[in-house]
Amino acid sequence: MDPAFFFIQFLSGLASASNLFLIACGLTIIFGVTRIVNFAHGSFYMLGAYLAYTLTAQLMPILGDVVGFWLAIPLAAAAVGLLAVLMELLLLRRIYHSHELFQLLATFGVVLIVQDLVQTVWGPEELFGPRAPGFTSFVVIFGFRFPEYQLVLIAAGPLVLGAIWLLFNRTRWGNLVRAATQDREMVGALGVNQARLFTGVLFLGGFLAGLAGALQLPVEPANPFMDVNIIAEAFVVTVIGGMGNVLGAFLAALIIAQLQAFGILVFPQITLVLPFLVMALVLVVRPWGLLGKPETTTSHGFAGDRPLRPLGRTQQLLIAGTVAILLLLPLVLGEYGQKLALEVFVYALLAFSLNFIMGAGGMVSFGHAAYFGLGGYGAALLVHHLGFGMEIALLAAPLFAGLGALLFGWFVVRLSGVYFAMLTLAFAQIVWSTAFQWVELTGGDNGMIGIWPSDWASDRTVYYYLSLLVCGAAIAFLWRASHAPFGYTLRAGRDSTLRADAIGIDLKRHQWLAFALAGTCAGVAGSVFVFSKGNIDPGSLAIPTSVDALVMVLLGGIQTLTGPLVGGAVFHLLEAQILPLTDYWRALLGAAILVLVIAFPMGIAGFLRDKLLPDDDRGDDQREAAARGAAEKGRAEAPT
Amino acid sequence: MTQRNGSALTVQGLNAFYGRAHILFDVSLSVGKGEVVALLGRNGAGKSTTLKSIVGLVADARGTRDLNGQDISSQPSYRIAQAGLGYVPEERRIFTNLTVMENLEVGRQPPRAGAPEWTPERLFELFPNLAEMRDRPGGRMSGGEQQMLTIARSLMGNPHTILLDEPSEGLAPVIVEQMARTITRLKSEGLTVLLSEQNLFFARALSDRAYVIEGGRIRYQGTMAELMADEAVRQAYLTV
Repeated sequence: MDPAFFFIQFLSGLASASNLFLIACGLTIIFGVTRIVNFAHGSFYMLGAYLAYTLTAQLMPILGDVVGFWLAIPLAAAAVGLLAVLMELLLLRRIYHSHELFQLLATFGVVLIVQDLVQTVWGPEELFGPRAPGFTSFVVIFGFRFPEYQLVLIAAGPLVLGAIWLLFNRTRWGNLVRAATQDREMVGALGVNQARLFTGVLFLGGFLAGLAGALQLPVEPANPFMDVNIIAEAFVVTVIGGMGNVLGAFLAALIIAQLQAFGILVFPQITLVLPFLVMALVLVVRPWGLLGKPETTTSHGFAGDRPLRPLGRTQQLLIAGTVAILLLLPLVLGEYGQKLALEVFVYALLAFSLNFIMGAGGMVSFGHAAYFGLGGYGAALLVHHLGFGMEIALLAAPLFAGLGALLFGWFVVRLSGVYFAMLTLAFAQIVWSTAFQWVELTGGDNGMIGIWPSDWASDRTVYYYLSLLVCGAAIAFLWRASHAPFGYTLRAGRDSTLRADAIGIDLKRHQWLAFALAGTCAGVAGSVFVFSKGNIDPGSLAIPTSVDALVMVLLGGIQTLTGPLVGGAVFHLLEAQILPLTDYWRALLGAAILVLVIAFPMGIAGFLRDKLLPDDDRGDDQREAAARGAAEKGRAEAPT
Repeated sequence: MTQRNGSALTVQGLNAFYGRAHILFDVSLSVGKGEVVALLGRNGAGKSTTLKSIVGLVADARGTRDLNGQDISSQPSYRIAQAGLGYVPEERRIFTNLTVMENLEVGRQPPRAGAPEWTPERLFELFPNLAEMRDRPGGRMSGGEQQMLTIARSLMGNPHTILLDEPSEGLAPVIVEQMARTITRLKSEGLTVLLSEQNLFFARALSDRAYVIEGGRIRYQGTMAELMADEAVRQAYLTV
């Protein structure tokens, strides 16, 4: 092919690299200082585009095209910066010391609220902005026409990088930001007000994301999907560069954008998957990204963890009673009620399997939907393409999900904390992109339909009992594993990796197996689900489904085994009741997440336990707390 | 002999917790203005936790702490630092990506009445090694140099009182001697010093008084001379 064409492609790559860098840059700075991975950063980007749309429309008639446009862009960015400050003051300040799971979920709650807000204010249609005055025509490069405005975008990346470098290396504020990125507590002990520093950092990050969105307006219409589309890629860039490292983000943005610019020529179907593949590869070679530094080890347990103990008499009776009720339920429930109850089993199992790695293993997965979806798609593919019946599909599909978890698990257990969460998210996005883009196999966006149970199980009540049996068996299996030495080993590793290593436990292998088991059981849930609904689409393995699973666990209570079951049930019943009544389901869910994270981090089951059984095993608790305290102290005093 | 010009730092009934683990039990101590006081004890006795509680780095610390007549018990750590208390952590916690000069800049605060005033130049005079490596990143310095930089960084805040957490730990003997001379010099500048140490012989040469801590409780207090004369206390709490 013509080398000039490649050069043009390279220039386009540079322009999208600039855009990616502007977003990732703010994301990485915010993470560096506050240690919060800001899901809402994509929302900032989207708000930048929408605000630029409104501001250009207002200002260009008054001030003239040139002044109006070029004033509207920074104003939109500054307005987004102020919104970011608002988020810092109202939300982040309350959760700086929370577990990273709560932080991720809380900022995702903001994403949901902003989505509904944007649709309410600007409507669901795409909004086309004006072209940038002064840069509306083309330049001719080697005989190819190239938009002038793309050159502006190409310049924006390096200019912002230079400005950030000056800010960080030539001002006291930048000096403090760099110091706080390494050790914010020490910066505080030297007399610097961290809260004010964080507010400033959020303004900067929000400003940059808003600027990226505003600058994108002449190229791409403002639309309500900009946030989710960009945030996954921004995460990838941030992680590849090394979280907290601005120069790393710049390099990673270049790599990703160029790979996409050329990848689309070679293999167009791979563009969605490519960034996540690159990220997985980079993290295998350099677990902390290209220019990142290892995180200091932290405990991954949750506050209020109590030792697991065998069921007491009351609890055994409670469980027997619940099972009896579930067995009798079809006598009183109609078709719809049975379908609802069946879905509750599915979600309870999904949440339970997630909590198996999260509660006991301390591994917070942001991509658990992948295995749910793999189970569902596995079953659908077997039925749809190979003509197998439901029986084979229900047996084989969970193994399919389990194999996926085994493969991805090999990579992810090498990481911990935020990096673990990001890599599980990346793998889930790989699965999602494949399901979305491999139309011939999966039906793409439309998914597959007509996946129904075999004749003997096609009666709703029969399938209800089948689901109860299958999901119940999977839950019982994970429950047993939690109480087996395998479960003890996982919890030991969660509380202290070093100590578990030192007593000869191959922790990685245990975590890998746990991840695969949890994935298999999520696959069971997915395959049972697909035969109940009769169809499957990529939504079942998208980020929102992963987040739903996390919310179920959180709602029920992370520290308890029964919590996720309660959470799955309550979440699904609420969703089924409220969803048809309101246009603002997402905003409601987002607000509910914020309330949970801030006010009830112990969840329903945890709350009940603390209220009803306040003195239960206190002696053990104190011994455990003492051990934890000693462990923290040991870490704090370890030479660095 | 106990206190010369009133108290610079008074701690009363300090109880500290990590989670639900009780670490410090009713720790009380005071340091007079211009005094050097040692907090002695074995590894894990509660020395670091005491200092961290005073500077506001332990989330759950109860009891009163008073700095120069100002109640700092419930203040965040930056306010405590702004009130004139310097803190040199045991782990040093140098900003390894920042140069020596940048590390000093992070610690900079306005001069305050009643406390010696420091500039980078004055500090380079106190720590000549650092003057040679102004632009070197903190991560490329030896342990001794890092320890000097940590002290210099805290002094940039112009504190009137400084807490040193095991400043001699892990340093070569010749550097330990230099550290001792530095602390003596700080005292002569009028600084109040609370020093946590396991190394009795290092502390002995510098300190006016001593507290001995063991199991999170203060077990002994007295002048340095009294402690050196009390073989039984040293046997019980300080020998390894």
